[in-house]
Amino acid sequence: MQAYIDQLIRDGYFAGMPKEVVYAVAMVLAAFIVLSVFVAPLAGVTSWLERRVWARMQSRVGPNRVGPQGILQWLADGIKNLLKEDLIPSAADAKLFSLAPYVVFVGFLCAFVVIPFGSQLIVADLNIGILYILAVTSLVVVGILMAGWSSNNKWSLLGGMRSAAQIVSYEIPAGLSILTIVFLAGTMSMQGIIKAQGWAPWDWFLFNNPFTFAAFFLYFTAALAEGNRTPFDIPEAESELVAGYVTEYSGMRFLFFFFAEWGNLYVIGAVATTLFLGGWQVPPVTSDPILLGVLQFVVFFLKAYLWVFIAMWVRATLPRVRVDQLMALCWKYMVPLSFLCLLGTICWMLVFPKGNQIFSVAMFVLGLLIVAYFFKRVVFQIRHARPELYFKPHI
Amino acid sequence: MSVASYVKNIKDTVTSVFEGMTITFSHLVRRPMTIQYPDKIPVPIQETLPRRYRGILEVDMDICTGCLACERDCPITCITIGIEMDKETKQRNFTHFDIDICKCMYCGLCAEACPTGSIRHSQEFEGASYNPAGLVRHFVTQPAPLYKPKKGGETDPKLAEKVDTGLKYLDEFATPDGGAAAEEG
Ligand code: SF4
Ligand code: SF4
Repeated sequence: MQAYIDQLIRDGYFAGMPKEVVYAVAMVLAAFIVLSVFVAPLAGVTSWLERRVWARMQSRVGPNRVGPQGILQWLADGIKNLLKEDLIPSAADAKLFSLAPYVVFVGFLCAFVVIPFGSQLIVADLNIGILYILAVTSLVVVGILMAGWSSNNKWSLLGGMRSAAQIVSYEIPAGLSILTIVFLAGTMSMQGIIKAQGWAPWDWFLFNNPFTFAAFFLYFTAALAEGNRTPFDIPEAESELVAGYVTEYSGMRFLFFFFAEWGNLYVIGAVATTLFLGGWQVPPVTSDPILLGVLQFVVFFLKAYLWVFIAMWVRATLPRVRVDQLMALCWKYMVPLSFLCLLGTICWMLVFPKGNQIFSVAMFVLGLLIVAYFFKRVVFQIRHARPELYFKPHI
Repeated sequence: MSVASYVKNIKDTVTSVFEGMTITFSHLVRRPMTIQYPDKIPVPIQETLPRRYRGILEVDMDICTGCLACERDCPITCITIGIEMDKETKQRNFTHFDIDICKCMYCGLCAEACPTGSIRHSQEFEGASYNPAGLVRHFVTQPAPLYKPKKGGETDPKLAEKVDTGLKYLDEFATPDGGAAAEEG
């Protein structure tokens, strides 16, 4: 990004303008383009797709009226929320109350800066990329606490507190599982981590050794909890807290929280893809830079979106855990296990400094066997229930 | 907590989540139960409803004896029946028979009490109206005579058919163990 602007400046496009101004304008423009062209439609379509996927998993149809198969539902929802009255409760702390959604939103949007969509397609390849993601996504806690506190409502406050406790706790297993990859790759830069992997599945860090395999699932679970997703959505548990920290919000501010939630899903998928699934690595099929860029983007997007789908699927499957169970899961199980993964990876690196290709292939085959067993069980479930089958995605 | 139970907890979590995920995934290839309600479907939606569905009440005035059992049995008095005697012919006539479906809770007590099965639930459920008065169903438009059951069965074939329908309905719906026993037996 910066190299490109530098090139433009050298070519004399912005003659007479101070360099800083050009950078600032370019930055704002880039943020705007990323937000409006990629993030907003992505979060919107994800919200629609999520509702459709849940619906099918619950033998329903889901939103299918706005546009073909309801794909424009998110636009309708967005417009509706824009037109709604933006209420601020009279007893609320108005300044904090109106600021909170933006803090949450910025916290999630900043993560897009370092997400590598392709070998060239990245806003800024910070050398502390993954640390930066951990840092900015923590900003979400601040926003949620602000929302909970300033609403002056017991449910909001409880929701905000729960959320803070949860995010702070789950940051530890998430950070530790990320650390295993940082050790393996020897860098914290997102591009560096991807470059340390290959396009073939057995070159991915996921199958590097059994400990990274476990670390991946620990990371994914912890990330779901950090994103306040079911089964860890106690901060907004409807049955206990109305809507948690969003209870008092309405209109566009309300939407911002959900915008962040759905956008965040993609960030989770993208980080998991970068760290464990080889990122944008593609087989060397072409040398055309544009074609390669498109291919890398598609591969990265699909890998990341697979995990978005899995997050939806988990949400449709698992019930919400209790607060004490949530904390027990984190502190009694996930923290020790992620330490174990970290130690295991370190030992593995001592024994096999160059990695063990044969073992990685074996791990990959094991992964395939798990998937095969999974489909065997799915077929069993279908046979068992003898339902009326319907394979088409639309209805 | 012993090490064995710790490991067992982890194993149980992983396997039960895995199993749950297979079940929800298998639902992806099932046909959804939902019917796209206001859309056109091959048969009217009312015809696809179960036989004993408790829809809006209907009354077959041709076989109503005017016994007022339904009116008395209704817990919320939705049914109002008016009967007057014609002085000249000594014939008792209905003046009105109204059911306020606004109030009706579809309990079915009236249908159970009816001796001829003339008041019964239909499959109809679309009762939208712009004002509550529109939801009062009038079954008598002009004074009509009461039905008198004849000894030894109905002779008029048209009425006989209606009486049969009513009695069949009573059999299926209004008997205490309902149609279930009939279906099984
Ligand atoms: S169904 Fe129940 S509430 Fe309705 S009219 Fe009959 S007895 Fe009254
Ligand atoms: S509908 Fe049935 S219960 Fe009601 S008055 Fe007529 S015969 Fe009697």
